[in-house]
Amino acid sequence: MKDDVLILGGKSFTNRLLTGTGKFAAHAQIPKMLAASGSQMITVALRRIDATAQSENILEYIPNNVTLLPNTSGARTAEQAVRIARIAREAGCGDFIKIEVITDMKYLMPDNWETLKATEILAKEGFLVLPYVLPDLPLAKRLENAGAAAVMPLGAPIGTNRGLETRPLIEMLIENCTVPIVVDAGIGKPSQAAAAMEMGADAVLVNTAIATARDPEAMGRAFDLAVKAGRAAYLAEMAEESTLARASSPLTGFLDD
Amino acid sequence: MELFINGIKETGEPCTIAELAVRKGLAPGALVVELNQQIIKQEQWSVTALQDGDRLELLSFVGGG
Repeated sequence: MKDDVLILGGKSFTNRLLTGTGKFAAHAQIPKMLAASGSQMITVALRRIDATAQSENILEYIPNNVTLLPNTSGARTAEQAVRIARIAREAGCGDFIKIEVITDMKYLMPDNWETLKATEILAKEGFLVLPYVLPDLPLAKRLENAGAAAVMPLGAPIGTNRGLETRPLIEMLIENCTVPIVVDAGIGKPSQAAAAMEMGADAVLVNTAIATARDPEAMGRAFDLAVKAGRAAYLAEMAEESTLARASSPLTGFLDD
Repeated sequence: MELFINGIKETGEPCTIAELAVRKGLAPGALVVELNQQIIKQEQWSVTALQDGDRLELLSFVGGG
């Protein structure tokens, strides 16, 4: 397991739990969660300043050894996503960008078409692009060809904590893509994160389930353990399922025989 | 001088970006400035005079997933 590294955009990560900064009751919980979970990459969003709100700089709560993954949330078109990505990079957030283009405000489904267009543009500009998509194999292959650093399919709609509802579709991506597959959105429990890793996902991104737990620090630790367990199980190659029982103890040599 | 700040028209005395930030009480550390769709780095704020009709976006990083 020591050499089991995740490569995203040429950069190595020894931890396969990506986290987010949304929905924490207090920013001060974020560095504690990062320390407890071991997460090495975390998302942030860019918004117009709200002069009436607290003007804390969220970046000050993220240690230097954690890689920033700014997202393009709020974008409704590829052009808007591209603009946000350029701003984030100019603002010193590095080359990683999570493309999130959403026009459907009821289910927050990502717009795969606009996401592909933004990926094509940004990858050419040297960004390390992590597109957030509805799992779709032909699209994932197009993203790969466009130079995406990974593909991030949703397990369930954002913030729903319903787990791997799209499981068979994600399995197709895992089976057929060469870039890492990061299950993003919908993972509500450590067991669901473990399940994603067991099926061969390269990483998971968890925000709501950690940030809105009663104890985000402890939940970060729980998710880290689950991701590690799931990854270890995947590498160990799991035993087959069967419909009928197969005795674990010998069926001969009983006392009354 | 008229400016469009985060999409809203505002009228004020001519100033630089740095002066505008002070006037609005915005801490520079958290502030990202886009002027007419061009990012202006913090080092340039004090020498970037705003022109009538400029479109400014005052942005900052916030929590998000």
